[in-house]
Amino acid sequence: MNSSKLTLQDNEGLTPVPDRSLVPPHHHLHFKTYLFILLVVIFSPLGNVLLSTGMKQAGPLTIHSLSDVYYALAQVFTTPVIWLGIASLIAYFISYMLVLSWADYSYVQPATAMGYVIVALLGHFALHEAVTPLRWIGIAIIFLGVVTVGNTPPRTTGHH
Amino acid sequence: MLKELILIFLIVVAGTGGELCVTRAMKKIGEVKDFRPAALLTTIIRVLGVGWMWLGVGLMAVAFFSLLGMLSLENVSFVVPVTALNYVAGALGGKFFLGERVMGRRWAGVFLVCIGVTCVFFSRR
Repeated sequence: MNSSKLTLQDNEGLTPVPDRSLVPPHHHLHFKTYLFILLVVIFSPLGNVLLSTGMKQAGPLTIHSLSDVYYALAQVFTTPVIWLGIASLIAYFISYMLVLSWADYSYVQPATAMGYVIVALLGHFALHEAVTPLRWIGIAIIFLGVVTVGNTPPRTTGHH
Repeated sequence: MLKELILIFLIVVAGTGGELCVTRAMKKIGEVKDFRPAALLTTIIRVLGVGWMWLGVGLMAVAFFSLLGMLSLENVSFVVPVTALNYVAGALGGKFFLGERVMGRRWAGVFLVCIGVTCVFFSRR
């Protein structure tokens, strides 16, 4: 095992020698990436559903002048559920930023589409929204897209 | 309908633009390996020194308020799937703005997501 490690070092810069005894370098990265994507997938739909609840509570907003903007903001930010939604989205945002520090954007962003399924489920069962068959089909196709993307490598650009 | 289209446009373009800027800032910082609170705080302070981060956060704020506006008009099970239009913008931005190699399989996934979004859009009424 030691000798094979030496071979790898000696061979540096040349064709890499595959060695099954060494931990695959991407394994740890994959686990960490999946964990943070899970956090993203939980907090993003939760935040959106809470915001939706809050905006429905705040009532319709009519903006015709600058003072209306002030009134609308006051109306929105005095609704407690909005703040719960914002807290959830902050948790989502921090997880998302961290995962983007090592994984490709074009990998992470499609993977988070799992959240669209959860949003529809929450919308249907918690907010009693009418989700039509066509909408479920659309969401199922989005989910298929996620599965298709799932096995591509998390990083394609240089390490440093 | 025009109001809704404008809001969707802002959510997608400002949102994706913001995320691309944030990604660029985070790649400047490098991979986050130390998750102890003190080290995370140091990382946050370093992040605040990157200009791309501020531009990114500004754009994401625009997208956020557009999302709030949209959620006051439509159901969340419509609004959130439609914002998946981000995927087209995201794959293109990842490729051309960040220099990521977007492979055939990823494009196929993104394409499927687009079809799904189209179905959701036409399920509106």
